[in-house]
Amino acid sequence: MAAVLSFLKRHSAFIGFAVVAMAAPLFTQNIYYLSVLAFMGTRFMIVLGLNLLMGQAGQISLGHAAFAGIGAYGSAILTTRWEVNPWAAMALSALLAATVAGVIGVPTLKLKGHYLAMGTLGFGEIVYILLVQFKWLTNGTDGISGIPSLSLAGIDFGKPQAFHWLVWGVALIMLRISLNLVDSRVGRSLKALHRSEAASMSLGVNTAYRKVQVLMVSAVFASIAGSFYVHYVHFVSPSSYTLTFSVILATTVVIGGLGRVWGAVWGSILMMVLPEFLRQYQDYTNLVFGVMLILIMIFLPGGIVSIGGAADALRRRIGGASGRSGGDAAPEGGS
Amino acid sequence: MTFDQFLQYIFSGITTGSIYALTALGFTLIYNATDIINFAQGEFVMLGGLTAISLYEAGAPLAVACLGAVAIVGVAGIVFQQLAIRPLLKAGILAQIIVTVGASLAIRTAAMIIWGRESRPLPPFTGDTPIKVGEATILPQTLWVLAVTLVIVVALQLFYRRTLTGKAVRACSVNSGAARLMGVSYSWVVLLSFGMSAAISAAGGVMITPVSFMGYGYGAMLGLKGFAAAILGGLGNPAGAVVGGLSLGVLEALTIGALPIEGASGYKDAVAFLILLLILFAKPQGLFGGRAVEKV
Repeated sequence: MAAVLSFLKRHSAFIGFAVVAMAAPLFTQNIYYLSVLAFMGTRFMIVLGLNLLMGQAGQISLGHAAFAGIGAYGSAILTTRWEVNPWAAMALSALLAATVAGVIGVPTLKLKGHYLAMGTLGFGEIVYILLVQFKWLTNGTDGISGIPSLSLAGIDFGKPQAFHWLVWGVALIMLRISLNLVDSRVGRSLKALHRSEAASMSLGVNTAYRKVQVLMVSAVFASIAGSFYVHYVHFVSPSSYTLTFSVILATTVVIGGLGRVWGAVWGSILMMVLPEFLRQYQDYTNLVFGVMLILIMIFLPGGIVSIGGAADALRRRIGGASGRSGGDAAPEGGS
Repeated sequence: MTFDQFLQYIFSGITTGSIYALTALGFTLIYNATDIINFAQGEFVMLGGLTAISLYEAGAPLAVACLGAVAIVGVAGIVFQQLAIRPLLKAGILAQIIVTVGASLAIRTAAMIIWGRESRPLPPFTGDTPIKVGEATILPQTLWVLAVTLVIVVALQLFYRRTLTGKAVRACSVNSGAARLMGVSYSWVVLLSFGMSAAISAAGGVMITPVSFMGYGYGAMLGLKGFAAAILGGLGNPAGAVVGGLSLGVLEALTIGALPIEGASGYKDAVAFLILLLILFAKPQGLFGGRAVEKV
């Protein structure tokens, strides 16, 4: 009994979140709300993976839309053209995404952060161009329609509620994997390499290998999310997988909180809910996101999960405990 | 492909290549001063073109509109530096990338709100009667682009080599700590570099608008091409940036000409990224050396 209690206590946050996520469809039959929640789930999967890469390993990908695109198009093409079983198609697409991530990651991850950012950005653009240009395979800008729903053992996951449970079930498994990863030997070595790559190398962490590993995991998360998405909306087109989407994914990670697994939860919720409120001012949405990115990086680098801590710090500073005044620490002089 | 066709592709390649070169120079100036890759660089190119259009439509003479646009965007670069870059000069690479990416998204969206979704033209600087070169033709605007690019490159070299301020900028790019100890104001160097970088990229945008129009969304692609050019020539090397830009423009143009498939121009943009990835994988220090890419 005590063991059970201590287990519940240790994992209270996860269990609480899981209960809320899985219980949500019991309170609404509204298809629109259920769809928003389901899309939040797929978005959450991508952001979780990207959060591992950016927050834990300190590497940025500006081409993550491409990995989601590989999953989406992999599933779409395999199921509509060759009538592959949707689950097998999802697995094959994820495998492809992981392979591509490995091929891209090995050379670029050895370099400094800028190069990975530009490398992934270039990769994302190439994937987008190919999706548009390979008309014989992807049907170009018209996209592919008629993608079947997922089903298993007689359960039709085309129904909003069933789909919600499926997506959030998988998303929760991914969350558990991420939480475990952060607390594991792998997570500790990632954190070490984020702080000082040279120091962690000297302590025997194979830094390049670890970074590629995380990129591959995050590519698989994104690919699976892409597959789920197209099986629900039954349609895919290249316009969903642009550079802007990659930037919005990175924004979600930053706003939630870099390096905090729970930040991915809050970031996904905020980034899905905010556009709903800004619906009237749709043109301004990306302006808001861009400005938020800058402001958060300058004033709240820990993201919204760190608001509590930041408020405490501010209170202490206002309380006069702060000795150091602000200002540019760089020495000034005429030249 | 006949020789005349070949020549025609070279001319068009050099025109766009000059714009890549100016964008690459913009990347180089900021990188040398701060070690930051400015992901919003392409937006300066776009802002240059669109601001010139607005000034011209408001009744300013073409020359005033163009120079005015360059000056306005230069000031915008300084403002951007003060607001967003300065607080993060000592932050990690990740934070710097994120801030410039955020700025790029914000600027692009603001441009869409201000100027709308339509791409718009600007009249050529001196007419549009093509000049015959054999069977190929060359637009007067191409000559303008080439001449102005050349002037900017020479002026930049003179500034770096001959003026005290230029030498201070170079000193900061070699070792900003030591430069500060010698009395160089680092924050002034950074401010100057952002202003010059934005203005030079804007000049590229102004000059290409009469050839290929300008729209709010053009900046992202131009920025990426400019970065590919900078990498091709060796990041941090101004001469390399120019050669890289011209080579990239010509390579792209020839790809359209040489690919035996229908709709080859659709693949044009992929060429730059393929080159970018190949260089990153095989020879990250660029074709002409430049500062070594730090491998940790």
